[in-house]
Amino acid sequence: MKFKPILTISYVISLCLILLLPFCLYTDIAYGFSDTLQKIKERGYLLWGSDQEGGAPYVFPDPEDPSRLIGFEVDIAEAIARRLGVRQRMVQNSWESLIPGLERGDYDIAMNGIEITPDRQKRVLFSIPYYVYTEQLVVRRDETGINSLDDLKGKKVGTLSGAVAHRILEQVEGVKIVVYSGVVEPYEDLALGRLDAVFLDLPIAAYYAKPDRRLRYAGDPVGEGFYGIAIRRDDKELKEAIDDALRDMLLSGELKRIYEKWDMWNDTQRKLYLMAKKTDTLSRSGEVTVEEARETPIFKFFPTLLKGAGLTVLISVISMAVAIVLGLILVLMRLYGGVPISTIAQAYIEIYRGTPLLIQLYILYYGLPNIGISLNPLSAAIIGLGMNYAAYEAELYRGGINSVSKGQMEAALSLGMTQGLALRRIILPQAFRVALPGITNDFIALFKDSSLVSVIAMVELTKTYTILATNTLRFFELGLIVALLYFGMSYPLSIIARRLEERLKGRRWKL
Amino acid sequence: MEIIIIRDLYKYYGETAVLKGINLSVNRGEALAIIGPSGSGKSTLLRCINGLEVFQKGEIMINSTVTSTPIALHSVNKKRPSREDRETIRRVRLLVGMVFQQFNLFPHMTVIENIIEAPVRVLGQKREEAMEGAITLLRRVGLEDKLNRYPDELSGGEQQRVAIVRALAMRPEVMLFDEPTSSLDPEMVGEVLSVIKDLIYEGLTTIISTHEMEFARDVADRVAVLYGGEIIEEGIPEKIFEAPENEKTRSFLSRILRKR
Repeated sequence: MKFKPILTISYVISLCLILLLPFCLYTDIAYGFSDTLQKIKERGYLLWGSDQEGGAPYVFPDPEDPSRLIGFEVDIAEAIARRLGVRQRMVQNSWESLIPGLERGDYDIAMNGIEITPDRQKRVLFSIPYYVYTEQLVVRRDETGINSLDDLKGKKVGTLSGAVAHRILEQVEGVKIVVYSGVVEPYEDLALGRLDAVFLDLPIAAYYAKPDRRLRYAGDPVGEGFYGIAIRRDDKELKEAIDDALRDMLLSGELKRIYEKWDMWNDTQRKLYLMAKKTDTLSRSGEVTVEEARETPIFKFFPTLLKGAGLTVLISVISMAVAIVLGLILVLMRLYGGVPISTIAQAYIEIYRGTPLLIQLYILYYGLPNIGISLNPLSAAIIGLGMNYAAYEAELYRGGINSVSKGQMEAALSLGMTQGLALRRIILPQAFRVALPGITNDFIALFKDSSLVSVIAMVELTKTYTILATNTLRFFELGLIVALLYFGMSYPLSIIARRLEERLKGRRWKL
Repeated sequence: MEIIIIRDLYKYYGETAVLKGINLSVNRGEALAIIGPSGSGKSTLLRCINGLEVFQKGEIMINSTVTSTPIALHSVNKKRPSREDRETIRRVRLLVGMVFQQFNLFPHMTVIENIIEAPVRVLGQKREEAMEGAITLLRRVGLEDKLNRYPDELSGGEQQRVAIVRALAMRPEVMLFDEPTSSLDPEMVGEVLSVIKDLIYEGLTTIISTHEMEFARDVADRVAVLYGGEIIEEGIPEKIFEAPENEKTRSFLSRILRKR
């Protein structure tokens, strides 16, 4: 039997992954004694994890002095810290990763509108509630057909990935859910007509949607739940201290003053006083019934993941096709275009290579509507990736064309061919063969870069993963599966690339 | 009757003149050999005739049997020739075939594909018709069994013979050979020169730049000596090789012949 290095490598990799699998089953690490409270006092400040991108009125940069953070949770953190005899400091983390970050020990507590839900309670301790939230449906001002959740069938509704509002929407039949990781974008998309409604926590709606003249509230707030401060499971002592601090803030009226300052106080908040007395009733308080996702067999996630993978393939393949064609146009402009055209092509290449793809996507999707061009997420994703990679393809082709000896063009011209014909028949086929390994390589890179389009509301494979993982907190096992899916898609490309390269080295020019 | 007339041709690379006032003409059916030391401008002159180089002064006239008025290549001072200039150059190239020192076969095409590419795509011949013509020509140079080989499977001599056939397939009225044997191994020089000799004897108008003095003496009708960008002497081979008038011609010939 012939020795095949490729197969050997894939065996080794699969073996490693299989060996790692048992660790997935031991995510519930035994919790032992911890002295976080002691550490906080020695350190002199309380570290709390939060996400500024979640925005106002929770935690956000002061519009008048962006170096300073403000928000009602900043006020609460300060009030708690004062009662612990320390100062507070916010640690930035993405909202979906707040609890994993807490468990890892990046900060002492996590506070950012984290809803107290049974599945989260399996993972972390929660303080007594510090706010009663409700969910508010928001529509465009001229919308008449939607007045409650019951009217949402067949409509596109935006919400925050992993939030309780997201789970409520999942219970409503026939809704097309569009998930976001920030709270500004869904309202912007709603106003631009890309969504029919947005369903999010009332404080968010109060801050972003209420002042927006293009939008209005649809019906009364629904659902009711509590925000709690998340604390590691072994930090019982810290939980006591924080509960005491919150109780004191309630009784002294400081908490109410904070909410009045942010225009968030309402009669519902009186429940906080009731909740503060009881200590162990919260585990049943979540109105939202979440399926016991942690116990779900892993294969049940496969259809969802495969759907995400399908979208990843779709986006990557079409983007690459766009990049290959556009790159060719660019390189021809650059090499044969004459002064103004060549300069334009060169500027395009430098700009697209010199700026982050993420920024390009934001401008394309959220920026262009300002000048009247509104793209849907899929076309924005394909155009964004395609235009970005076109710059790289153009440079690859240029390398390929320059590698073809000058004599080839001269021979073709001396036979009476036009420059165009000579390029098409003589130069480009040879250049393409030189550029091919690079093109395949870029295709593999694009596969993974396609995860960036989740910022423009595309739920491809990576986004599917973060949504599932934040809902179930099964980051490790789902992560391995998703990594395997990516690998399974890109590895065949690597093999094809290698075969082509070998073939090009040989005598045969025919592919 | 003159088929190519070159008048007062100047060619500069930047400030350096590489051709300094060339006046030369070639008659229909004539074989002109251009000899001279390396760097004297032989290649540049041939490339000017075929429009691969622009020149800054003078003109080149091509008299074709198919057009009533001669086609003229004019001096160009712009960096990029205009569309009209490019079309003129292309018309010239359809009349004037060229064979290069480095063969320049298309490596991604087989021998037969190399040959029929231009007849099919440029002249609009039918594929079968072009194939037939190509095979006839290949048979004449003894390569009819290499139809489906790729250039890198052929020896240098075979590649150059294919390159000659590729140029001939366009049925040019004039052939330019730019040092066609200079990059060949010595044992292959003969097979290529014998093909060129046959073409000349059949009456194909030919300009060949070469270091093969014997070939120039035996085959050419006329020899021009290019030295430092100027034609210093011109005449029938007997005169140039037996009784050169110019001192530089004598020293060049004695240097090159002593090497043998």
